[in-house]
Amino acid sequence: MSKLEEAFISVIVDRSAMAKIFQMADASNLVTELRRNFDAGVTRGYEWRVTQLKKLLVICDKHEPEIVSALHDDLGKPELESSVYEVALLRNSIKLALKQLKDWMAPHKAKTSLTTFPASAKIVSEPLGVVLVISAWNFPFMLSIDPVIGAISAGNVVVLKPSELAPASSSLLAKLLKQYLDPSAVRVVEGAVTETTLLLEQKWDKIFYTGNSRIGRIIMTAAAKHLTPVSLELGGKSPVVIDSDTNLKVITVRRIISGKWGCNNGQACISPDYILTTKEYAPKVIDALKKELEAFYGNNPMGSKDTSRIVNLNHFDRLSKMLEEKEVSNKIVYGGQKNRENLKISPTVLLDVPLDSLIMSEEIFGPLLPIVTLNNLEECFGVINSRPKPLAAYLFTKNHKLKKKFTKTVSAGGIVVNDTAVHFTLPTLPFGGVGESGIGSYHGKFSFDAFSHKKSVLFKSFLGDSAIRYPPYSRRKLGLLKTLVNSNLVDTFKVLLGLS
Amino acid sequence: MLFVFLEGFIVQPGTERDPFGCVVVVLEGNKSLSLSVNCVLGFSFSVKKKSSFFRSCRLNVASLALATSPSQSQFSGGYCSIPPPSRLKLTCYATLSAVVKTHESAFDGKEAASLVDELRTNFNTGRTKSYEWRISQLQNIAKMIDEKEKAITEALHQDLSKPELEAFLAELSNTKSSCMLAIKELKNWMAPETVKTSVTTFPSSAQIVSEPLGVVLVISAWNFPFLLSVEPVIGAISAGNAVVLKPSEIAPATSSLLAKLFSEYLDETTIRVVQGGVPETTALLDQKWDKIFFTGGARVGRIVMAAAAKNLTPVVLELGGKCPALVDSDVNLQVAARRIITGKWGCNNGQACIGVDYVITTKDFAPKLINALKTELKTFFGENPLDSKDLSRIVNSFHFKRLESMMKENGVADKIVHGGQTMEDKLKISPTILVDVPEGSTMMHEEIFGPLLPVVTVSKIEDGFQVIRSKPKPLAAYLFTDNKELQNQFVQNVSAGGMGINETVLHVTLKDLPFGGVGESGIGAYHGKFSYETFSHKKGVLYRSFDGDSDLRYPPYTPEKKRVLKALLSSDIFGAILAFFGFSKDS
Repeated sequence: MSKLEEAFISVIVDRSAMAKIFQMADASNLVTELRRNFDAGVTRGYEWRVTQLKKLLVICDKHEPEIVSALHDDLGKPELESSVYEVALLRNSIKLALKQLKDWMAPHKAKTSLTTFPASAKIVSEPLGVVLVISAWNFPFMLSIDPVIGAISAGNVVVLKPSELAPASSSLLAKLLKQYLDPSAVRVVEGAVTETTLLLEQKWDKIFYTGNSRIGRIIMTAAAKHLTPVSLELGGKSPVVIDSDTNLKVITVRRIISGKWGCNNGQACISPDYILTTKEYAPKVIDALKKELEAFYGNNPMGSKDTSRIVNLNHFDRLSKMLEEKEVSNKIVYGGQKNRENLKISPTVLLDVPLDSLIMSEEIFGPLLPIVTLNNLEECFGVINSRPKPLAAYLFTKNHKLKKKFTKTVSAGGIVVNDTAVHFTLPTLPFGGVGESGIGSYHGKFSFDAFSHKKSVLFKSFLGDSAIRYPPYSRRKLGLLKTLVNSNLVDTFKVLLGLS
Repeated sequence: MLFVFLEGFIVQPGTERDPFGCVVVVLEGNKSLSLSVNCVLGFSFSVKKKSSFFRSCRLNVASLALATSPSQSQFSGGYCSIPPPSRLKLTCYATLSAVVKTHESAFDGKEAASLVDELRTNFNTGRTKSYEWRISQLQNIAKMIDEKEKAITEALHQDLSKPELEAFLAELSNTKSSCMLAIKELKNWMAPETVKTSVTTFPSSAQIVSEPLGVVLVISAWNFPFLLSVEPVIGAISAGNAVVLKPSEIAPATSSLLAKLFSEYLDETTIRVVQGGVPETTALLDQKWDKIFFTGGARVGRIVMAAAAKNLTPVVLELGGKCPALVDSDVNLQVAARRIITGKWGCNNGQACIGVDYVITTKDFAPKLINALKTELKTFFGENPLDSKDLSRIVNSFHFKRLESMMKENGVADKIVHGGQTMEDKLKISPTILVDVPEGSTMMHEEIFGPLLPVVTVSKIEDGFQVIRSKPKPLAAYLFTDNKELQNQFVQNVSAGGMGINETVLHVTLKDLPFGGVGESGIGAYHGKFSYETFSHKKGVLYRSFDGDSDLRYPPYTPEKKRVLKALLSSDIFGAILAFFGFSKDS
């Protein structure tokens, strides 16, 4: 029995030994209690929101070492990746929310028209109520706390269900949120399928899910029963198109490597999934990749501490199966080493695998990078658009025409030209998918909006009432109304004077 | 209940409530058939592919689930396509009864699929993406409204006896002004929005680019059959989508007029109307859409969303709810009464999703308010409102009976203080006011959607908030008061799709306000630019150059790199400089 299996079993034993198992009644009691607190108005005030956000900041500031170590337990995640992609980005999100919350919360004035004159109108943001955030195992802190920031900013009561596949992070999240945040309005429920199912049966005012499209469908079906709106942050096969005029040698391949293997070892929803380039250029791309990979991870990448491991045996076996498929295993041009015991797979590049192979039909979500070659680069549009819409699409080129065509023609959640994955760090861009890659978006103010209802309010006084809109409806009224609506003043006077 | 929609005839149907062991369905011809099977304990089925003269067959997914878990006894839900079978064999393990209905229908799953295929192919050519295409279609809609005003008004009269002024104001002019706004603003809406970038991604530039979602489905309602069909279509076209409209079969004159006018005025390769009822809607919902925009009731809303979930299709659900009007005692009585009446009876005779559903006022004030309502009702609709041409009729006998039974309920019938007359052959119910009907009555639980107005009395006006909050969130909430403090409290403490203070319904006409529900009253919003956005995907695009690359983000990860990166990411420029020079606050 490997160490990992032992650890897994010990977790099971721990769980079964727990005094209390989460049951149906617990789920419904939890929601009832939280709804009561929401109705009492606990979360609505600006002060409550700010206090909670500041506490989240304290968690990031004070507990970074614990977070880094939990992420190391769960994924062997390198410290720098943890500090940067999870903790530092979260701190940025929180600081931004703290800085802009007053603006976000302020009602937005809207124009009124002649029909409603005299009047004023505004759009008021109100919290949705009790919301559920179900997060993923690959960036277990980032993907848990970032939506929670949005939910709290918008004044909601929130339940977070972290992924059971990252157990150390899950239990640390439960511990820290309990310790720092208002327990009457922010809760963590740990667990797997059973707990998630129980949670999904409850009525929520929003469900925010990060994960895959298979579960996404289950979430949305469950949400439909209660007419609950959903945000689904899913993934997809995010392509990288490389033109032959790029600064290939260093910058292009470095930016690809950093978005692929440097981003949780390919286990990220916006990781490059496959490369599209021309037949002639492919060998150069491969050479450059090899060279930089060696510079980054050394001659023995299996020993490098700078890549995450594969999260668990299931995923290791899934990836092995992809690699071992017929017509695929012989297409490896770099890497391909595996160690099931340590859950390590070395950075692996493949050339011209069949388009109908597993590796080219499913999201890879791991350290394998197939390169698909084209006769000319223009063919890339056909390849990308014939597949489900990805969460991200990347293009490396200096050609302005191509950039323009790419951003116009390729449908994806987001697009980056000449880099990968970094758009995730920009709070001014909405982050979210389209089609198979998801529904809804978040980050920055978009997170606040994702958890708010935009309520339209029209204010009028009792003055300025005209009989024209009221029955009995005469020809004259209709005539006047028609001219009023067309806003032709001369005609309006004519009708008023009975001249028409 | 299972529904199996098959094309053709049934040869050996089981009869209702007859237990039998096996149902064999053989199909031929070009008709559609619905077979509903009640399964008491469980059964399995098999489908054999044999002959070729059967065109298509569609099986409820629930029946597939049933085959694998025969212990469950009741299913409902969507449908999935399977290859054309010649025989559908249902083998029953226990009591099974089936009801078989055949009906003529030209539109089935196969046609729905080929329609979507065709539209998707046309969408993929990119024709709907251009500014010119969008503008030309919008201009054609405006032209259609101008040229066919009479025909549209007549159709609305035929379907609902809708008064001409109401038809003009609520449907025609509203739709036209949306269309004109879209024509005027489209260039601005389509322009990419440039946003700020940060130190992390420096040097770079970023934009939010709107792109069409693809092929979208609009399912509209019968109460404002023109407005609720064309307004979302304007949004879909503005955003550059191919669109299929399914108007409501309950307003058949408008439905067929829309079908005719759309094919006459609009680009048929990308804009289509499919007419029909449940089977056609089911066939449509079975397809993969890039957005479904539905206007109607919450029950069907759930079905639409569940069907959408199978393809991860985003939805907009424009539903309804019990919209309250809270009336304080400091109001201008005549104006308040008139505005309540226009928001109730003057709005398709209460058959509107934002119509006033019930009134809340204080015990002391209720008699005054009711008197004012009575007086104004007489001024508006005369002594005999059943004869008034200024009121729409009830849409059909199903709804007439539904409303009648609401009124006749025990403990409700004796609460009528005004009206209550009905005329079944003309589908007319007079404006009816009731006071303090029991909280547990159907009338206080379900959306009324008709000319009945219950008045709920409370001891003090603030108690009204609790009445509203004890019910699901409505699509609109109205308040009549001059008291600014009460207005603020109302806006802050009452959750609803939208609100009118001292007014009913008119917030819908403002294109600057998003229109849509929350909770039970719906998901998503539209009108004006919000319509454009609801049919667009906001694509974040980040441009970088090859300059300004730094070793920092690349492995091997050294402690120095980590320090600098962390400092940069927290945008602490001072910290970043310190880190660059190898100093750190920690060390």
